[in-house]
Amino acid sequence: MLRYVLTLMAFLTLTPAQAAEVREVSTQTGLKFWLVEEHSIPMISIEVSFEGGHRLDPPELAGRAMLFTSTLEEGAGPYDAAGFARAAGQLAARYSFESGREAIGISAAMLADKAEASVALLRLALAEPRFAPESVDLVRGQILALQRQRQTNADAIAGERFNALRFGDHPYGRDPHGTPETLARLDSAALKAAHARYFHRGNVLISVVGAVDATRAAALVETLLGWLPPGSPPERPMINPAFDGQVVVVDFEAPQSTILFGHAGILRNDPDYIPAYVMNYILGGGGFVSRLTEEVREKRGLAYGVYSYLNPLQAAGLYMGGVATANERAGETIGLIRAEWQRMAEQGVGAEELSAAKRYLTGAWALQFDSNAKIADFLIGAQRAGLGRDYITTRNALIEAVSAADIARVAKRLLRPGQLSFVVVGKPKL
Amino acid sequence: MGASMLKFLIPLLLLPGLAMAGPKVSEFWLKNGMQAVVIEDHRAPVVTHMVWYRVGGADEPPGQSGIAHLFEHMMFKGTKTVPPGQFSKIVASNGGQDNAFTSRDYTAYYQRIAADRLALVMELEADRMRNLIIDDQNFITERAVVLEERSQRVDNHPSAQFNEQLMAALWSGSAYAIPVIGWRPEIEAMTIDNARDFYDRYYAPDNAILVVAGDVNPAVVQALAERYYGPIPPSGKHPAHWVRPNAKVESVMLRHADKRVRQPGWRRMWTAPSYRTGKPGQAEAMEIAAWILGGGPEARLSQALVHEQKIALGANAWFNGVQRGDTEFGISVTPAPGIKPEQLAKAVEAEMARLHRDGPTTEELERAKTVLIAEMIYGSDSQVTMANIYGSALATGLTLRDVQEWPTRLRAVDAAAVKAAIGLLGARRSVTGWLSGEEG
Repeated sequence: MLRYVLTLMAFLTLTPAQAAEVREVSTQTGLKFWLVEEHSIPMISIEVSFEGGHRLDPPELAGRAMLFTSTLEEGAGPYDAAGFARAAGQLAARYSFESGREAIGISAAMLADKAEASVALLRLALAEPRFAPESVDLVRGQILALQRQRQTNADAIAGERFNALRFGDHPYGRDPHGTPETLARLDSAALKAAHARYFHRGNVLISVVGAVDATRAAALVETLLGWLPPGSPPERPMINPAFDGQVVVVDFEAPQSTILFGHAGILRNDPDYIPAYVMNYILGGGGFVSRLTEEVREKRGLAYGVYSYLNPLQAAGLYMGGVATANERAGETIGLIRAEWQRMAEQGVGAEELSAAKRYLTGAWALQFDSNAKIADFLIGAQRAGLGRDYITTRNALIEAVSAADIARVAKRLLRPGQLSFVVVGKPKL
Repeated sequence: MGASMLKFLIPLLLLPGLAMAGPKVSEFWLKNGMQAVVIEDHRAPVVTHMVWYRVGGADEPPGQSGIAHLFEHMMFKGTKTVPPGQFSKIVASNGGQDNAFTSRDYTAYYQRIAADRLALVMELEADRMRNLIIDDQNFITERAVVLEERSQRVDNHPSAQFNEQLMAALWSGSAYAIPVIGWRPEIEAMTIDNARDFYDRYYAPDNAILVVAGDVNPAVVQALAERYYGPIPPSGKHPAHWVRPNAKVESVMLRHADKRVRQPGWRRMWTAPSYRTGKPGQAEAMEIAAWILGGGPEARLSQALVHEQKIALGANAWFNGVQRGDTEFGISVTPAPGIKPEQLAKAVEAEMARLHRDGPTTEELERAKTVLIAEMIYGSDSQVTMANIYGSALATGLTLRDVQEWPTRLRAVDAAAVKAAIGLLGARRSVTGWLSGEEG
């Protein structure tokens, strides 16, 4: 018989080895960071996130955060762009600078025996970026090229149209890449003037994971960020995104329709977040084992990928999903998704479905923590969401506590098939 | 642990002089010909379990492009004891994640799961190695899914479609000319008998490599492998495996204008020796040459085309030496507005000629080695990365020793070897592609 079906299996008690060891450490000037020591590989991951980013940019200067972030490594302190890259290469240090809708993120990986030099170099990019005019021009040109490439990418078109419809004049409704007009207004002086707006002590989140103890880590973080001026957390006016249940088509030449859909969701700190998360796993978050995949892909071969997810932004909560399907079958696919939304809203989940979902979510939890870089990234998210340092160990009990009745209640609260709004990029037959 | 097992368990201690810590790696073989490698990583109680079959897009019969990848989909559709779709559900309900991928040279199936579930995933994987049920309706559905996947990955995107054409031109006449996903008409014409023949021919333990990475004991892994994979008989078919490109040495230019394209792109690719097909040190030198030319913003092409001449917004070079046949050496340039492909070609050729003539500086060479070797240290942070490094190496005909000695061999590359690598490209087939909007 199928020994491995294991329906009688108790929930898995797997917890990551690092679970007990997330420490909060303060530097000499009071910068706080979260630390996990892991000495078996001689490397250190440092993640820094500055909250705000694109959300702080006025409409006429859209793209400023991206231009700013992408120009940081194009010359800093005594180095021009090539000199900075050479110096990083000699240390084998890896830095990346990302600007998203809500934050500017810096990731650094360094060899443990080169940490002081690696951090000192990174400090220059953050504290003393040159923003030389020719560098700003170059990066502006690169962002414009990226914008042009995105104009032939159905996913990018769908995303930008969806956000514009939902958020209108709010920063979430604007493309973080900016436009040729807004980017043309941004010069070296404008970027320098924005520096203190993006980087200060009021909006910074820091994590350190790797072969380093607390004392040394504190010294590294102090070197990296001790120069930050004081500041207050950036304003975060809430917004209610607009959903009308309509299907909006963007004409695009492709064999498939690329579809984004969604309606209002919840924020990360909502008391129903965990049951909603479990519900979504069953509905469309669980990859091969989700209801959407079963109906759209497994049974009918309509798509390669179909998914749904909770999307809690800082100023609004969304419940979203996506699928790509042949143009001739777009209407059919949309109908199936609406039907699954309705079914979950009306009927909730079964006992076996719920049990399997909990076994996956609790068991797979540890898979997220099998590399220093992933742990460091997680710790930033945990700080941002106000989760405790012990969340890694307490989270599974929260999942385990979810009942079918909880999900039924949350399904009725959250799922609004009539408000499920679609953006379809392609030449759909609806 | 019996004495008979001991002689098959060969721990490879780290060679002295490799100035890096790394995971402990060992290998063994089963009597039925299955090769196995174990990579220890005890930081988290998690295991990555992979089976790599030495079959990929390059093994497909003429007219059946895409069968290897379509078959990968079929492996999830049920055996005599596990109903269709249940494989992934069983893994998920045990807290694991699973997936698979197909390349030109191999097809790999993997699960990531709690270390104490290793026996479960071995049993499941061993079951579908020989007991798969290939059902008509499931085949038709998966063929439809693969056509949607092709649309999503390729046919929706002018640049992806163009790249398919470039590869077909570069490898013309060889098994690498066809896309792994398959040409659309051939996917549509695929039959269930194609799938059954493919399974029968290629899915056997003597054509497979087991890779287990994570919180495991090698002796325990071997015992489990003997138990679950050991009883599967070898097929003895040993299908022909090596890819020999045979197209004329010439430079081919392809231009395509597509009205959807707003940002033109230029690329040039050459056939190049891989780690397996090259002379000792050749692929290592190619790897360093690619990094010096186009590994980052401070590299030669960026400095010349982007900063000095301002004819490009970005330029990079790449070389992936892990391939059972020859491989590609590639350069890609994003042009500044209004720049013509002839200008880009001239500038790229000038930089390559300069590197060929003068070689790299000492500083460049040292920095290249520092960065590339550090990739192994950063890679060892992730058991999935380590499993993929070893799996892909073994599946393309390399050995454990090749992987372990790679840092030493890379360090041995000198300026002369880098010059020779560039010179060698000049005697190889190349294809240049220019993709633009309608105005050309």
